[in-house]
Amino acid sequence: MESKHVHQQIAAMRQSFFDEEVLDEFFSQLEQLEDQNNPNFVEEVFTMYFRDSTTLLETVEQAMKTISITLAKLDKILHQLKGSSASVGAKKVLNEINKTRQVLEKGNLEGTKAGIWEMRKEYESLKAKLEPYFQV
Amino acid sequence: VVIYAAGSGDVSDLTAPSSIDLRSVSLLDSDHSLAQVSLFDSVVSEMARNGGVAWMRTTEKIGGYDLSTSDTEEVHVLAVDDSLVDRKVIERLLRISSCKVTAVDSGRRALQYLGLDEEIQKKETNGFDGLKVDLIITDYCMPGMTGYELLKKVKESSAFREIPVVIMSSENVIARIDRCLEEGAEDFIVKPVKLSDVKRIIDYTTTELREGEQREGARAKRRGINKRKQREGDDDLSSSPPSTLSSSTSSSPSSSIQSATAPSSPSTLDSPTRRLKMTSSE
Repeated sequence: MESKHVHQQIAAMRQSFFDEEVLDEFFSQLEQLEDQNNPNFVEEVFTMYFRDSTTLLETVEQAMKTISITLAKLDKILHQLKGSSASVGAKKVLNEINKTRQVLEKGNLEGTKAGIWEMRKEYESLKAKLEPYFQV
Repeated sequence: VVIYAAGSGDVSDLTAPSSIDLRSVSLLDSDHSLAQVSLFDSVVSEMARNGGVAWMRTTEKIGGYDLSTSDTEEVHVLAVDDSLVDRKVIERLLRISSCKVTAVDSGRRALQYLGLDEEIQKKETNGFDGLKVDLIITDYCMPGMTGYELLKKVKESSAFREIPVVIMSSENVIARIDRCLEEGAEDFIVKPVKLSDVKRIIDYTTTELREGEQREGARAKRRGINKRKQREGDDDLSSSPPSTLSSSTSSSPSSSIQSATAPSSPSTLDSPTRRLKMTSSE
């Protein structure tokens, strides 16, 4: 009696996984690989999966923190560049820096890359123009 | 500095200027370009830079400035900024405004200079030694110690809380400005800093310094006169000793202060916030 009750419970739980779409047909495939010699195959596979994924997710956390730190560092550097560009009156460079910072704030990585490229262009152009000017 | 003066006075003998009317003076820089700063500041800074000062013995008011009071000590400013470019600019702005400048790159170094750093205890009196700082001007955003934290440390110290502190920032954030003013900042200027900002600050700092001296009373004035006379005696300049400097000139500061400020700057008695509002409306 008790055993039948437990079996019903197990079946219900299993069905709910499919109903809620927590698992799909590949889970069933795993189940089909079980036999008398490998009765716990599915559980073994899942134990490995959980162990691996926990480690990977921790790495993801770290990577996200590093990205945040890197982006914050990037913003700080852009802020410094902005300050000195403003102090010397480098207008075009300043504009590109401001644009880039806005894009960076929105989290748009591709846009940020493009912005940095533009900023760099203006900076090199300014340098190319002013260096001969000071020499003359 | 080449001074071309028109009008009365024997210009060929600059060692004894008796009545040169500076209103008709053109000032040429060493590279022969007309200095873009006020006449008064140029004369004082150029002369100071040349290692000696030829005291103007006239007590005439020239362009609103009473030159006989130019012998009060220069304002000594401690400038704090982590940016090399900004440090160079602010140092120049301050020098042009006739200040002595000490520029450091961090709040920590500023505290060390003042002698407030816990690790390096320097005996720093508030007296008349050469390191006395009259004004601190600091950037807000700095790694390590921010300008705000530096402000707090200065205002917390009994020895230095009287020193006015001005905050500079590239961000015009009201909350930040309020916070700094609440903590006792004298003023808050937005970067990039303009010469007019610096002049305004130096003007009222100078005025407050002079008023402070007056409040000390006659004894301080006598002490000041003696110091001046000593210094004049020690001066080994091309100019002849200014024996005609009368004691009446030393008491003239009070009457000439209001005319010593540039026309564009507000009255020195304005509260920092009023000054600030004027700044932001410029």
